[in-house]
Amino acid sequence: MDTEPRIEDRPQATDKIELADHDQYAARPASSDSTGGKPGPGSPRGGLGQLGLSALQALIVPALAVFTALVIGAVLIMLTAALAPRQGPSAGKQGLELVFAGYGGLLHGAFGSWDALAASIVTATPYIFVGLALALGFRAGLFNIGAEGQLALGSLAAAYVGFAPTFVGLPGIIHLPLALLAGMFAGAIWGFIPGFLKARRGAHEVITTIMLNYIAAQIVAYVLNQVKPGQGQVRTPDIATSAYLPVLIPTSTHLKEVHLGTVLALLAAAAVYWLLWRSTTGFELRTVGANPNAAKYAGISVNRITILGLTLSGLLAGLAGAAEVTGVNHYHTAGFSAGYGFDSITVALLGKNNPFGVVAAAFLLGSLKSGAGDMQLSTGIPIDIISLIQGLILLFVAADYIVRALYRVKAKQEDQTLLTRGWGG
Amino acid sequence: MICEQPAVPFIISLIVATLGFATPLTLGALCGLFCERSGIVNIAIEGLMLTAAFVGFVASSLSHSVWLGLLFAVLAAVLMSALHALLSIRFSVDQIISGTVVNILAIGITGYFNSVLVGAHSLPDPPGTFSQIGFTVPRDIAVIGGSDFKLPPLAILAVILVFVAQYVLFNTSWGLRTRAVGENPEAADTVGINVYFMRYSNVLIGGTLAGLAGAYFTLESTSTFENGMTAGKGFIALAALIFGKWRPFGLWGAALLFGFAQALTITVQFLQQSVDSCKFGIPRDLLVVLPYILTILVVAGVVGRSIPPAAVGQPYRKGR
Repeated sequence: MDTEPRIEDRPQATDKIELADHDQYAARPASSDSTGGKPGPGSPRGGLGQLGLSALQALIVPALAVFTALVIGAVLIMLTAALAPRQGPSAGKQGLELVFAGYGGLLHGAFGSWDALAASIVTATPYIFVGLALALGFRAGLFNIGAEGQLALGSLAAAYVGFAPTFVGLPGIIHLPLALLAGMFAGAIWGFIPGFLKARRGAHEVITTIMLNYIAAQIVAYVLNQVKPGQGQVRTPDIATSAYLPVLIPTSTHLKEVHLGTVLALLAAAAVYWLLWRSTTGFELRTVGANPNAAKYAGISVNRITILGLTLSGLLAGLAGAAEVTGVNHYHTAGFSAGYGFDSITVALLGKNNPFGVVAAAFLLGSLKSGAGDMQLSTGIPIDIISLIQGLILLFVAADYIVRALYRVKAKQEDQTLLTRGWGG
Repeated sequence: MICEQPAVPFIISLIVATLGFATPLTLGALCGLFCERSGIVNIAIEGLMLTAAFVGFVASSLSHSVWLGLLFAVLAAVLMSALHALLSIRFSVDQIISGTVVNILAIGITGYFNSVLVGAHSLPDPPGTFSQIGFTVPRDIAVIGGSDFKLPPLAILAVILVFVAQYVLFNTSWGLRTRAVGENPEAADTVGINVYFMRYSNVLIGGTLAGLAGAYFTLESTSTFENGMTAGKGFIALAALIFGKWRPFGLWGAALLFGFAQALTITVQFLQQSVDSCKFGIPRDLLVVLPYILTILVVAGVVGRSIPPAAVGQPYRKGR
């Protein structure tokens, strides 16, 4: 959002400042207690309170964005089918028939059986955590592109606690929480650094977090080289079973079994919701996100919120990595985290930076990724189509003007945050 | 062997390698320079480069001409940067989000079509890489005699373009307008500069440069394409731009430094593998992260201060 709406009042930018924030800002001096964080009546932002018509309205643009992206994906599939002779049972299919076979395979791969559904849920879990991390940052006006690095270090730390002889032998009730805490701590530190640099030195978090991603990747590569169990295996040793997240829904293949991490992710979503809309700190976070100058004027320490926002964001990303290591992989290897940080930008924006929206968006992306394998097997359509569709979804969510123009959906005062205030911060 | 006689040809090959690695960084950073000087944040350099690399590869394979490959690489990057421009200028989408859209779309488009084409085996073999321009030092010259000093065309072009960028941005009215639009679009508009036109054209110029940078990967350093082969070079280019304080010579120096670090890591690795006695004691991992650490230090103002164009990242709406 605009940093200086008073001085350079640009209508387009100020349109995006959500009305509710102004209301809350106005009400701030009178109600600086915890009730100040409650969304005002009729506010389009919010979670549980607005499960009504306005929630449905808020769903229109994301739903149409996904739909449009899938349609364009279908057109691409048809156009490229002529280019490439395919393998698989549906190889001979062309045109719409191929599209239905492909998307059918996708649906089947994502929801066709209990195992498939479990795999979709497991795939979605890290996206919930990281999507929440991004959304929390966005709400505070912070763009955490560093989730990738925070997640990698969180995974590494959790894996280390999982396999290090010092900790092996502890009872599971201590060992597992310790591993998760280690992951959260590592992620939080990797979020604290850009927060601190922004608060104290004005270094823009997008630049510092991009750089920290690469530093994290190098740290991981270095440590993996030190601890690798054997030649040619650049990964950590397996963690002890006492650090495994318990399996909730077993699958017949014992692959991608739904683990406690999914429950933790849902709890995290509820916690983020509570933090943002039911606590004073959350109110401060959102106020800083809406208008840092006003927040400063109202007596909120913007520096403190900046550090806190990025640290919490890093903590969630670190927990994502820890949950993957303790719940699914049971070791950490380089490159496994590739893409979570960027993919989750789509998740956060598709979920409108609302914790429950993030859960839904993460589940959608998880299903797409999880189901893509079946699609490729049955029709030969490359799984890479999912990245393409994902990019298109992000495009249509970000530029909702296009979707609104296409489908003649009226614009209403909606939740949108202009995140970049220039590199200067 | 090499360790006992730290030969001059070895140093020359290090210089040549540095210039090679610095090529995509310099061109990518120049792309960022034109965009950001006109007020548009560009974190899409990576995506532009990846698209250009892929399209350049496909076009050169189909046409069996590296030069046609280069042309299409540039066109592809210009097209993608037009999307970035449209999103950030016309639709006032957050410029970092818009850049992310381009980056993710680039991964999707190149990955998908690469699978389609590779899966179909429908591509002819690529024609190879650009031929090098340069000379071999005559034998009768002392010390460096006999060593090759040859560079491929894009490496040479990158250096020329640094000087061109410096001239255009700081010695022409076009450059003055560009910088005015990036520092204070309202004031620029008041004196009759078309803010939108300046921003669109600079983002497209940036696309051209990123296209050249992308072509480096599939037409100059190798002749094949792999998914995600730009491997974060676009982000290092961004780092070079910031480390170079949004100035052509500054970013060139930064690109050379980062390129040198990369050349050194490979040479050190090679030396350590080939000659066991040859432990330089240079921690390789430190060399790899050097660009990133330096960039953080610079944006944090620990080493100098890097101040971006004032209006970068802010959408402009005429009228108020």
